[in-house]
Amino acid sequence: MLILPELVVLGSALLFFAVSLTGKPQPQLLRALALFCGLAVLACACATSRMEGLLFFTSYSISPFSQLFKVLLAGTFIFVLISGQRLTSIAAAVQAEYYLFLFLSVFGLMLLVSANELILLFIALELSSFALYLLVPMRDDSGGLRPQMEAGIKYLLFGVIATGFMLFGMSYLFGLTGTTSLATMFNAVQQGGMPPLALVAFLLVLCGFLFKLAVFPFHFWVPDVYQGAANETVSFIATLPKIAAVALLIRLMQLLPPGQEPFLVLFFAVLALTSMFYGNLCALVQDDIKRLLGFSGIAHAGFILLALLTLKEEGYGLAMYYIGAYVLMNLACFLVLCAIAQKGENLRIADLHGLSKEQPILAFILATGLFGLAGIPPFAGFMGKFLILTEALNRGHLVLVVLAVINTAIAIYYYLLVVRAAYTVDATAKSTETPPPSLLTTAAGITLVIAIIIVGILPAKLIALASDVVQRLG
Amino acid sequence: MNQLLINSGFPWLNLLVGLPLAGALILLVFGKDTISRQLTLIITLVNALCTLPVLHGFDSSNTAFQFAHIYTWIPQLHINYTVGVDGISILLVALTTLVMPLCVLASWTYINKRITAFMVCLLVMESAMIGVFIALDFVLFYIFWEFMLIPMYLLIAIWGGPRKSYASIKFFLYTLAGSVLLLVAIIALYLHNGTFFIPAMMWREYGQLFQLLIFLAFFLAFAIKVPMFPFHTWLPAAHVEAPTAGSVLLASILLKMGTYGFLRFCLPITPDASMLLATPLLWLSIAGIIYGGCTALAQQDMKKLIAYSSVGHMGFVTLGIFVFNLHGLQGAMLQMLNHGITTGALFLCIGMIYERNHSRDLAKATGLGPYMPWFATFFTFFSLSAFAFPGTNSFIGEFLVLAGAFAHKPALALAAVPGALLAAAYMLRLLQKVIWGGVNNPDQSKLSDLGLREILVLAPLLLFVFWIGLGPQPFLDYMNPTLNELLQKLHEWQQGQQGMSLNWIF
Repeated sequence: MLILPELVVLGSALLFFAVSLTGKPQPQLLRALALFCGLAVLACACATSRMEGLLFFTSYSISPFSQLFKVLLAGTFIFVLISGQRLTSIAAAVQAEYYLFLFLSVFGLMLLVSANELILLFIALELSSFALYLLVPMRDDSGGLRPQMEAGIKYLLFGVIATGFMLFGMSYLFGLTGTTSLATMFNAVQQGGMPPLALVAFLLVLCGFLFKLAVFPFHFWVPDVYQGAANETVSFIATLPKIAAVALLIRLMQLLPPGQEPFLVLFFAVLALTSMFYGNLCALVQDDIKRLLGFSGIAHAGFILLALLTLKEEGYGLAMYYIGAYVLMNLACFLVLCAIAQKGENLRIADLHGLSKEQPILAFILATGLFGLAGIPPFAGFMGKFLILTEALNRGHLVLVVLAVINTAIAIYYYLLVVRAAYTVDATAKSTETPPPSLLTTAAGITLVIAIIIVGILPAKLIALASDVVQRLG
Repeated sequence: MNQLLINSGFPWLNLLVGLPLAGALILLVFGKDTISRQLTLIITLVNALCTLPVLHGFDSSNTAFQFAHIYTWIPQLHINYTVGVDGISILLVALTTLVMPLCVLASWTYINKRITAFMVCLLVMESAMIGVFIALDFVLFYIFWEFMLIPMYLLIAIWGGPRKSYASIKFFLYTLAGSVLLLVAIIALYLHNGTFFIPAMMWREYGQLFQLLIFLAFFLAFAIKVPMFPFHTWLPAAHVEAPTAGSVLLASILLKMGTYGFLRFCLPITPDASMLLATPLLWLSIAGIIYGGCTALAQQDMKKLIAYSSVGHMGFVTLGIFVFNLHGLQGAMLQMLNHGITTGALFLCIGMIYERNHSRDLAKATGLGPYMPWFATFFTFFSLSAFAFPGTNSFIGEFLVLAGAFAHKPALALAAVPGALLAAAYMLRLLQKVIWGGVNNPDQSKLSDLGLREILVLAPLLLFVFWIGLGPQPFLDYMNPTLNELLQKLHEWQQGQQGMSLNWIF
């Protein structure tokens, strides 16, 4: 019962494997099936959300923390599936495999948030990553330039390097502590004081997750993968792995014995600031909307690090709140992008011209997502930023906070450029009219808008919940 | 905290904020272009009527915040939904609810595409603007303050003039960039006091440097909103490109938020820094008055002319605030109202011309007088008011400000007087050209005079022009106790802090 969501995900993946063997399945049927399986996963995740327990010789822990993240992953996955309702940029012949790998990746991420053991952690991370490495080049080749191949290779190579760092760190941790169990690992270290090498090893392990979160020196894959992969795939890459990465960063930070705070703060502060400045400044000059969102994601990762570097449970809870808000707003943007891109093509900012006249609902959803990402109240992005800034200033990081708010001012410009394209510029002789979005897309979009506003104006319960599950983790 | 608040019965203020918001939601869901105008007019009128019990029930002898309500919002950070009005904010709330129905009426025929969306934006704006004036919790204030940018941006960006793209983005970026440091200041104040409750932050002992930094963060946000002289460049662009209702809202309400911020936050929270930096601020105000006047004199675009005159008028307001005496503060408050009424009315007038001949060019609008007698009458009175002709509202305001400035430093008042002259020059130039023109007026005989709707839009504003001009006492009564208390505390503070302020060379 405890691992019901994981079992359902795995079952769904196997189901799609079976379907992929049957020749040519109906695309409509596949999508309905995927959505059904996704809903089943969400239902199971919700049903098991209050359970606790240790499985498989304590290597697998079911805690409120892991279960909350599983609900978040499953819920996000539903919206990703809805964004991919048309899935125009994946060849019909491989759509069953596409879903197979999507579910496998979700499976890996769900294992990841429950992993209590270095080996399991590594396997789960690789399982989720390799599925994604395969999803990226699955895009239908329309232009003949094969950017998806380049993107896939880049993703793979950078990912493998990050994993290499991580494995290297893990080997040191094992060598220093003699155990691979996360729970008991640092107990051994603590008795003799934390050796500097253990800290280095620990940071190397973090690299794997900083890569997933696209923090500054680990971000090189972001723009090209975002541009090269199909819109639907990117909406997955931009959301689910980041949720899991935040979960694992919190989990690992929680384990760290005290004594190294100044160095850790400095380390994270440098990464946070460089991520913010790099992401925001690069986003200013982007023309491709997916690239723009990729760079904005780097900047937002910097904000999450700002929450983590408070090194307190409250800060970790806020990081959870922030990633949840970020995912909601990103989903809103990608939902609209997938709905507008008729043939699954990449959209440039100029392609949005006249959107507010032709598709007022889509334009509204997009604007909500973008204003949210920009951090304008009353949307969730503002509350997340505000809470993190308050917490960071409370810990005395004044300079960091000032530089972070300057970054939000920079960021407004490029978000506004996209909104401007959708709202103020009229379409210039468009060849194809965008058909109205499907009912499902509209409903999902309006749900997201409402969620973004509710999460933004009534955060009290959510941050209480988040800091509660983090506290019970320790 | 409780002695600062009077909790009285029905939550009128919540209604004032909530009603337009609810109306906007209803319009968003069920709105049809055919009925949304009527519905919006009804909502804004009801909201204006709901202001009356607040005005009536307000105890002007009491300096506490009235009609206050507190609800817990985010307990982890001690954030509450706290609202209330005092003598400073109540008149601004009333001004907002008065102007809104007029904006709806003024857009009745001018806005003919996407009417529902326009009305939704107007209603959301009303909610946010009232929210800014009544919020007593700093986070709540900041949320309203920033949120307002979105509907205003859309008003300019969708229904604006030819350069709407540029103007709207400039407006948004300028005001937002100015207020990001305000957020840091708010958080810093919270960490110092342990609460976001605004009155609890006032008159506290902060370090000198802390105050100075807080003040500068406040100043940047508010000075851009006012706009004070070197930060004004977004204003003409936004005013010119915005639709009439947008220009009116900008001029009448949004600009007041900056000066409201100075009065509400800078003076009581950072009194030392305010007094320390008062002199340069006063001279900036003077620079704004003169600069705004000179630039207005040279404009060919009527909206731009009024926009630059706003820079000058708002200079009088900041001048009145930073002389720190009763006349100055009274004048500043009155001038805030006056500017809202008069400049709002002038923008409405220009909008009416624009609806007829589709141009804001002064040369194309000359010699309207013979063909539009009603218009000429209204326009004349509003123009007289704009340069503070005795008997109109602005005369009282500007007189009080100048009196306060004389009491503070005669040189200052002398420097401001040319501004008043300039105002007469540019307004009379506008008036002369529009009503009479010259020998080569374009043919205006096809233009129709104001209809009943347009007369209804302008008449209430004209009423207030003369009411404040001839009998300002009721308005002063509302604000006097609060201003008196503010000044008294400021002077007590000054006594306690003798010797700490720097002497400036001026």
